[in-house]
Amino acid sequence: MKHLYAFTSRFFKSKRALFGGVLFLLFTVAALFAPLLTPQNPYDLTQIYLQNSFLPPGSSFWLGTDEMGRDIYSAILYGLRTSLYVGIASTLFSMLIGLGMGLVSGYFGGWIDRMIIRLADIQLSFPAILIALIIMALWGQGINKIIVAITIVSWVYYARTVRSVVLQEKEKEYIEAARALGMRHHHILFGELLPNVLSPVIVLATVRIAYAIILEATLSFLGVGVPMTKPSLGTLISNGYEVLFSGDWWVSIFPGIVLMLLIIAINLLGDRLREVLNPSGGF
Amino acid sequence: MLRFILDRLWHTFLVLLAISFITFFIMYKAGDPVQLLLPPDATQAQVIQMRHTLGLDGSFFIQYKGFLLQLSHGHLGTSFLYGEPALTVVLERLPATLELAVLAMFFAILIGIPLGVSAAVHHGKWQEKIIMFFSLTGISIPVFWIAMVLVLLFSVTFNILPSSGRGTVYLFSSAFTWDGIRHLIMPVTTLTLFQLALIIRLTQSGMREVLSKEYIRFARARGLSPSRIIYTHGLRNTLIPLMTVIGLQFGQLIAFTIVTETIFAWPGTGKLIIDAIQNLDRPVVVAYLLIIALIFVAINFTVDLLYTFIDPRIRLR
Repeated sequence: MKHLYAFTSRFFKSKRALFGGVLFLLFTVAALFAPLLTPQNPYDLTQIYLQNSFLPPGSSFWLGTDEMGRDIYSAILYGLRTSLYVGIASTLFSMLIGLGMGLVSGYFGGWIDRMIIRLADIQLSFPAILIALIIMALWGQGINKIIVAITIVSWVYYARTVRSVVLQEKEKEYIEAARALGMRHHHILFGELLPNVLSPVIVLATVRIAYAIILEATLSFLGVGVPMTKPSLGTLISNGYEVLFSGDWWVSIFPGIVLMLLIIAINLLGDRLREVLNPSGGF
Repeated sequence: MLRFILDRLWHTFLVLLAISFITFFIMYKAGDPVQLLLPPDATQAQVIQMRHTLGLDGSFFIQYKGFLLQLSHGHLGTSFLYGEPALTVVLERLPATLELAVLAMFFAILIGIPLGVSAAVHHGKWQEKIIMFFSLTGISIPVFWIAMVLVLLFSVTFNILPSSGRGTVYLFSSAFTWDGIRHLIMPVTTLTLFQLALIIRLTQSGMREVLSKEYIRFARARGLSPSRIIYTHGLRNTLIPLMTVIGLQFGQLIAFTIVTETIFAWPGTGKLIIDAIQNLDRPVVVAYLLIIALIFVAINFTVDLLYTFIDPRIRLR
């Protein structure tokens, strides 16, 4: 507990990190308590009225309304929920899979290692967004589907990092000692190696949450992401893009600003985490 | 050296083969393109006839074997949608896409490296703060969002730039006509911003690390001019990790052209691939992915060769 306190106070010594932290907390709270903080449930058809459509920002609707007469402010808070949920869930899954693959591949070597490396090679010869796009275009929209798609394209980055750390650590004396003592493989893997790979993985995960949220938003913008019934910030922006040319800018610009601030907040936290956890580590 | 090239070629061949197999399989499982190509009231006979002409009437392995046979003659099959060789369909649209990617990367490097160096040299001063703030914002804005804001500003509000199309093309590029350049400005800016921000970050962190090294202090002690220390001794040693990332990012750029081309209705491969996936046009999807993978391999190869020029100590194995 004392450790955690010391770490947190050191972490937030940086003003940038503090700003990022407060912003992120704000968005998380807004997303979690969206039903309590919004004047309407934007997806409950009994609460929205068509005669309110395309109202500019004003006193009754702070950030204006869209073509359905839906309050943009409420839609943004509900959209934040979807965006954060997809970003965090897909990051957790890809981190777990990548950790497992990287540990096994680096520790055991041999044909398992070769197979995992080949797979990673093939995947890395394509941009992640392209693979995710193909998966989603063929599979159809859906929140769980997009989490799976982002996990499929993201685990490689963790596996690669973990494997390279394991290869370095494996040569060190404490691992040799553990082997000489006759420790079992899973004890060495989880008891000895895992704690050492954790800090680079945590740094990577923070950056990748931002990337996962952008990826989801981009796919939703292209129309192959989350369904219209559970829109994310990306869906809202895409929805507003269609009416941008007729001058109804608020429908897409406000969700866009929130998305941008969310990513900035996560990146600020990620930068600070990298500074604190591995000061010498490069990109 | 020859050994290195042959090894690479063999490895590339295996990767491409694997990619073709995986894509072929996924597209085979994805559905029946005949249903999409024929009108809904087509007769059973028409369906069977169509399936036969497109070569879709065998089992998966028979179809894949047919594909490999064609491949050995340099064919990638005929597009279901356009009725032309898939390779031609993709290659025709490739210049438009490469034009965007190359120009974006060119500007990102041209502006990004000096700004990154400047931020590293002015560590702790206001110059660093401004540059790094810009860079952080740059990596945090989704590509499609930049594109939208540009359209809102320059097409909708001020009406000074066209929001779609490629304009007048001379030779293979829009960059040689005034009309073409007007069409290029927004898509290229969209693609440049993210890469620019990333290159600034990488150059800054790389330079900071290099500038704290012994040999830099030694060079200072010898009384060498600051610009010589920064550019000859400092930047040269930052370039190697930077080039790897730039190489990888070029591939990312090609993917981001999918988004940019969709927004600006740019007639390149990005729009093509979206249409091809939606219409289950397997030959075009396979051809596109193989070409993208080839470009990736070619870039990595060039980066490896460039290493040996920048740092003669590196030997290719």
